[in-house]
Amino acid sequence: MHGRTPGCYLGTAFFALFVLFLYGPLSAIFVLSFQGPDGGLTFPMNGWSVHWFGALLERQAVGDFQGSFLRSFELGAVVMAATVAISLSAGLAFRRRFRGAGLLFYVVVASLIIPSILVSLGIGLLFRILDLDTAWWSSGLGAHLTWTLPFGLLIMFAVFNRFDKAYEEVARDQGATGAQTLRHVVVPIIAPSLVGVGLLGFTLSYDEFARTLLAVGTDLTLPLSIYGMTTNITTPVLYALGTVTTGFSFAVIAVFLVATRWLQRRTAARRSHVTART
Amino acid sequence: MVRAWLQAAPLALVVAAFLVVPIATLAVVSVWDYTEYDLIPDFVLTNYADVFGSWVTYATYASTVRFAALTWLVTLAIGFWIAYFLAFHVRSKTWQMVLFLVCTIPFLTSNVIRSISWIPVLGRNGLVNSALLHLRVIDQPLEFLLFSDFSTVLSYVHLYALFMVVPIFNTMMRIDRALIEAAVDAGASGWQVVRDVVIPLSKPGIAIGSIFVVTLVMGDFSTVRLMSGGQSASVGLMISNQLAYLQYPAAAANAMVLLAVVLAIVAGMMRVVDIRKEL
Repeated sequence: MHGRTPGCYLGTAFFALFVLFLYGPLSAIFVLSFQGPDGGLTFPMNGWSVHWFGALLERQAVGDFQGSFLRSFELGAVVMAATVAISLSAGLAFRRRFRGAGLLFYVVVASLIIPSILVSLGIGLLFRILDLDTAWWSSGLGAHLTWTLPFGLLIMFAVFNRFDKAYEEVARDQGATGAQTLRHVVVPIIAPSLVGVGLLGFTLSYDEFARTLLAVGTDLTLPLSIYGMTTNITTPVLYALGTVTTGFSFAVIAVFLVATRWLQRRTAARRSHVTART
Repeated sequence: MVRAWLQAAPLALVVAAFLVVPIATLAVVSVWDYTEYDLIPDFVLTNYADVFGSWVTYATYASTVRFAALTWLVTLAIGFWIAYFLAFHVRSKTWQMVLFLVCTIPFLTSNVIRSISWIPVLGRNGLVNSALLHLRVIDQPLEFLLFSDFSTVLSYVHLYALFMVVPIFNTMMRIDRALIEAAVDAGASGWQVVRDVVIPLSKPGIAIGSIFVVTLVMGDFSTVRLMSGGQSASVGLMISNQLAYLQYPAAAANAMVLLAVVLAIVAGMMRVVDIRKEL
């Protein structure tokens, strides 16, 4: 803050340690997943190979890994779409006062605070009493939404707090209907944030564990399969699995970041274009 | 107002169906009776009597609260300084964004994988023990590193530190820089600026972060199972064990008690700091 003070170096060193703390163990898993065929769960490396990645394709080694990966991917995609749509809609609603707004807000915040295992247990019990089968695409989907929607709504609050209403007024003055204003003015401007909500929706769902546990039914999602494997798999195939799913998460994040950046540039370019014309 | 209702309806329906009704179900089932294979609708308080009558409950709560308190202290210390570094030491907006993302990305990956990633680091033959043995700091591997309270808290901190960093960073970014300049001009040392200006103004962020971390640890059962090696108990684990024996009403009663405890803790924190102004 005041040039290169000792405090600044200390801060940088502390931050570097924190990053090492975050990424160190993940890198250990990454390296160990390339263990030789006779290698174990810890260092030293007993040769190098991609043997354990090959083992991921064998059903007897890791169970139905591909099935649970696909389920998690599909569920993540549905949760992402639903989180964006429902959060946007609710975000628009909360810009005006309506009766029940306070109550709804508190319930949504409570959804973040209530321990996940209670939500999961409640949904599981409810389905049991109603004599319905729990499944990842029904009760599992609902359980995930109780976790992603509060984040989505809070982001929409932040977005609309900073939103300049003049853009909408101009559109309305020029005769645009409410739907047109939303589609051609509001959504393009907040698009980067909507992509952020989407990313959060997908990754939170893709990695969700505790809320899914009792609401998932017989076909498991990926985090639940992995959790099951931790008790009975004692080979580096577990690490190969960790490397693959973490790599996949990183790839998803990268795609979203690129999309956000592209949208931000496009919005900025359009805005300067509009300003230049008027 | 009708339009706002329609717009809020999808959200309201989802939270009603998958949060409000399920929690109400827990409340109802917690007073039901049960046999080894069936639920019996009833109004009995035996489940609660079992919860409060057993010393295991108190011991488990003590253990869980201890984990929550330790994790809270460590994440607060780390989260505050990381947020402080990002908000005040990093001056370029781009670098701020990049470093913030570097902190955030691991939190968007699987918790289970992040927990087990400590095994090759902390195990008997893990990196830490090998390094210390090699340097002759110790003669035999340290046993407490893995499958212990230590590794459990370490893993919690690893999993939840970001929940502390983000809200504190958020409030710090809103602190008017002129206030800090004024304090410096008035002769405050760096430490006095932190203590008398930054900390008081960061309180709402600290409160939000604390609520996140404490509620996450209070409800956890998977991390404690993976990382304590079956040595430690937690309320979540106790509930999930009851579920394994299909004792749903007993688990529901335990769940209601946990819910009450967590809400009481959150209410206590909200009393200290009014976070509503922040939202």
